[in-house]
Amino acid sequence: MNFYGLVDGTDASLKHYLRELSGVDQVGADARAAMLATRSIKTTSKRWAIDTAISMVDLTTLEGADTVGKVQALCTKAVRPDPTDSSVPSVGAVCVYNDMVATARKHLDLVGGQHVGVAAVSTAFPSGRASMPVKIRDTQDALDAGASEIDMVIDRGAFLSGNYIDVFNEIVAIKALCGERAHLKVIFETGELVTYDNVRKASFLAMAAGADFIKTSTGKVVPAATAPVVLVMLEAVRDFYSMTQRRIGVKPAGGIRNTKDAIKQLVLVNETAGPEWLTPSLFRIGASALLNDLLMQRMKMDDGYYASPAYVTID
Amino acid sequence: MNNRIDVKKTYKLFINGAFPRTESGRTYEVKSAKGVFIANPCLASRKDLKDAVVAARAAQPGWNKATAYNKGQILYRLAEMLEGRRAQFVDEIITVTGVTKAKAEQEVSESIDRLVWYAGWSDKISSLSGALNPVAGPYYNFTIPESMGVIAAIAPETPSLLGLIDTVAPIIVSGNTLVVLASTKAPLSAMSFAEVIATSDVPAGVINILTGKKDEIAPWMASHMDIDGLDITGLTTKNHAEIRISGAENLKRIFSFKSHDPGRILAFMEAKTVWHPIGL
Repeated sequence: MNFYGLVDGTDASLKHYLRELSGVDQVGADARAAMLATRSIKTTSKRWAIDTAISMVDLTTLEGADTVGKVQALCTKAVRPDPTDSSVPSVGAVCVYNDMVATARKHLDLVGGQHVGVAAVSTAFPSGRASMPVKIRDTQDALDAGASEIDMVIDRGAFLSGNYIDVFNEIVAIKALCGERAHLKVIFETGELVTYDNVRKASFLAMAAGADFIKTSTGKVVPAATAPVVLVMLEAVRDFYSMTQRRIGVKPAGGIRNTKDAIKQLVLVNETAGPEWLTPSLFRIGASALLNDLLMQRMKMDDGYYASPAYVTID
Repeated sequence: MNNRIDVKKTYKLFINGAFPRTESGRTYEVKSAKGVFIANPCLASRKDLKDAVVAARAAQPGWNKATAYNKGQILYRLAEMLEGRRAQFVDEIITVTGVTKAKAEQEVSESIDRLVWYAGWSDKISSLSGALNPVAGPYYNFTIPESMGVIAAIAPETPSLLGLIDTVAPIIVSGNTLVVLASTKAPLSAMSFAEVIATSDVPAGVINILTGKKDEIAPWMASHMDIDGLDITGLTTKNHAEIRISGAENLKRIFSFKSHDPGRILAFMEAKTVWHPIGL
């Protein structure tokens, strides 16, 4: 493997590659994210943004209390988010735990959702605290069950203690398993990475190792997908594109609960990575409650009055 | 002491237990009966209403679950707090409406008494209107009044404080949560009453108070799908019909009141009937 010619797989070359990265101006990133959050998106642009955001949602349920019935209901909703309005697009994918992948795939196919992917959270999600053979087995299990996207977590302990090569090798191994069968999303859990410099470092590490997507968080840790963190990651994929001519996707997850937040994310994407990234194949939003708010805002734009949560499904 | 700079109060909205400015950034002028400028309260927008409804909806299950005893205590607490700040309310009423001190004193006293009166109803209303219905089978069949959900209200222009209390108390005492638009010309007592609410153990979001124009806010209240009932006592007669038609589209209960009585509480309650087997 040549890793885009950026590293040769040795510890030394990886350390050199990461050391060469420019640092992140924390105050500047916060200020720019705050400035972009003030953009006002109205009328036709807002309507476009709502539909685009719906098509980018990774409709997620990652609870210990998940049942087959709940996953099936979620899949039905993923294909046809508003049963009364066929002009609402399907979401990007459903995101479930490994043991629910087969259920989700089967039910999606049953309700006409062949175009909706199933993302599985693997490698001992959410903590990532398991041995490598277990992580590989975990991922293989999800792939065999029909997952088209693998959301893996990195070993934050190894990353924070400077064992970058361990993190790198894990991603390489999981990527090799996924091959052409599944997209690989790498979750950093930015709430545990402490600094923006670390987020940038983790982004470049994951991209060189073969990630198709970089994802902020598991949704189990607060803070999750804050605007400056997403900005830093979008800058990373933009810079990586100029280095390698390959576009890597970004997936913020956790804490994006309403339409306003989702539209702010789209503004960030457009102004940072560029309009090429405004597609579900390069930008996803991991969420559960968000979809209902998007639907209610859409109803408001169509009907001219405020909608009620009583008219959308309870998740 | 004479060269002290005036400390003027900024009149803001009361949403979800906090005092935000209107998202629109707009204000309007309130003048005294003699035409002297008094204050610049917020001119609330439909988006402030939307935020207030979200807060009220979130607060409703918790408030509804509070015991009748607890709800009564909290309403009584409102009366206690209002009593303690009597002088401020008397001053504000005189400043805005130009009435005599005696009249203002009377309005504040009546407001306090009214709160105590409605507080007393909290644990009695279901005995008054509930029923044990005769059925042809081995069952108890009860009908119990329950809260309706989120209610919006337009408070009357005058009297600004007593009218507001008469609007707020009967709606919340049964477990509803409320978004109320205060008197447009005399919103000062309403916003000071918000300070009373904020210090009275009323959970955040149970009472939300907006200030602004009736013609702007009322149609949005009527058409809002997540508001279950609407008190239009404060609306002028000419726009009643339009509001009633708009509210009927989403099956909203709409009432206008002329007096205060337990019927005002029951207006925003729904009857639930329960069957309970007696056994053999």
